[in-house]
Amino acid sequence: MHRDVLLDVIGLHGGYGGKPVLQGVDFRVREGEIAAVIGRNGVGKSTLMRTLIGLLPTARGSINLRGRPLDAISAHKRARHGIGYVPQGRDVFPRMTVVENLLVGESIAGRSIPGRLEEVFGYFPILRERADQRAGTMSGGQQQQLAIGRVLMGDPSVILLDEPSEGIQPNIVQDIARIMVELNRKTGVTVIFVEQNIDMIRAMAQRCYVMDKGRIVAELDRDALSDRARIRQYLSV
Amino acid sequence: MEFLYAIFSFLYQFGDAFAFLVLSACGLAVIFGMMGVINLAHGEFILCGAYVSTSVAHMGLPLPVAIAAGSLAAGIAGMIVELVVIRPLYKRPLDTIVATWGISMIVTQGTLIVLGTTMAGSGTPLGSFVVGDYSYSTYRVVLMGMALATLAALWLMFTKTRFGILARATIQVPHVAEALGVNTNLVYSLTFGLGAALAGLAGGLYAPTMTLVPTMGAAFMVEAFVTVVVGGADIFLGTAPAAVVLGLIKATLTSWQGQLAGQIGMLIAVIIVIRILPRGISGKILKERA
Repeated sequence: MHRDVLLDVIGLHGGYGGKPVLQGVDFRVREGEIAAVIGRNGVGKSTLMRTLIGLLPTARGSINLRGRPLDAISAHKRARHGIGYVPQGRDVFPRMTVVENLLVGESIAGRSIPGRLEEVFGYFPILRERADQRAGTMSGGQQQQLAIGRVLMGDPSVILLDEPSEGIQPNIVQDIARIMVELNRKTGVTVIFVEQNIDMIRAMAQRCYVMDKGRIVAELDRDALSDRARIRQYLSV
Repeated sequence: MEFLYAIFSFLYQFGDAFAFLVLSACGLAVIFGMMGVINLAHGEFILCGAYVSTSVAHMGLPLPVAIAAGSLAAGIAGMIVELVVIRPLYKRPLDTIVATWGISMIVTQGTLIVLGTTMAGSGTPLGSFVVGDYSYSTYRVVLMGMALATLAALWLMFTKTRFGILARATIQVPHVAEALGVNTNLVYSLTFGLGAALAGLAGGLYAPTMTLVPTMGAAFMVEAFVTVVVGGADIFLGTAPAAVVLGLIKATLTSWQGQLAGQIGMLIAVIIVIRILPRGISGKILKERA
């Protein structure tokens, strides 16, 4: 597989205010890949995702999407380059309906894509059933599907998923993993996800980056991912 | 027959009070409800709308055009104020109160210095009609219709248009809206502009009924604040019901004991509401729904 590099992150430093979290993150993700970022709590995984989308500033280093540097532009402009960010804890718009939540995601593409709502309903049938329900009244698993559907509305070329399994029933976790793999296979969308759930990592990831103390410290390929004990070791170092 | 006349008179007074409360308050409510900014310069956007529309009317243009011009001028002024003064202070809500209060004083005094103590009005159009022993202003009935039309237009804008959906998303979870490609700064700018334009509309609509003085914004400001405090942050669940309740109180006391009693009664009602419902009517409704 010699696919082009989609996202190239070089020596990335960043964090909250004066508190540095990322201490020189280097990694690259190729077009059409599903890559996991794993590691213990507090090593900077979510900070990395928030820095990639631009909700946190880059202190040093660079983020390049298809060779274009993103560091100097605001989050909404990064999104419009085709990045679909699914935040930790879902963060659906609670007092808006499911359909209204989905419509906001069209902003990633900057336009409404004909037939896309039906496609999203096809992947996540529960969203069709709950179309007019207020998003804040749904369960965690339903909200997670909504948050993923929301970015799909904008036809992203890469989806950033921050801990999709957090607080969700195991059977829904399996469903979400299966749908993400299917989406990746059908549409070629690149997926980068932060996760601690071994089953989800093994079900989805083609490549895995291990993070510790604000750096990427190891890279695991598909074969290494079949070794459950080894993944567990990285999650609990 | 006398009884029917009395009912008409009461309904007219209620409608008049309701219209004034809604039109004065909705601009303030949009800015407070959507952005959390307490805009103490609200009265001066009303002033802007009143002065511009009256000036345009003096140029010989029809009144509806003049009112639209006043609203537009206030809206543009609002977007400039948002960009220059409000935007740097988003994370400091108390400072926005001080800053907008400063703008209010500058505009009031500036208008006094540049345009003098008063401006010639354009006169109330449309004449009057008689019911029973009293005559009523036809234009005030138009104002009641405008208040209802404004509420309907705002409801359609916030629920049926793309701008409305993005604006609600931005108010609910701003950083996620931004991360989904929504230019949240633009949304804030347009929302503030909309609030200022609504204030300008109120100024333009009421300009023909009053004397234009640089401090005229204050007359609207009290009623606008009272309505928003009673209503809470939501325009439809808050401002409109609050205007109904306060309008009823005011109309009842005014027809019973005169204008002063109406005003006092309204303020007492506010004090009671703050005690019982600290987050206003809409805060209560939203809490029960959640």
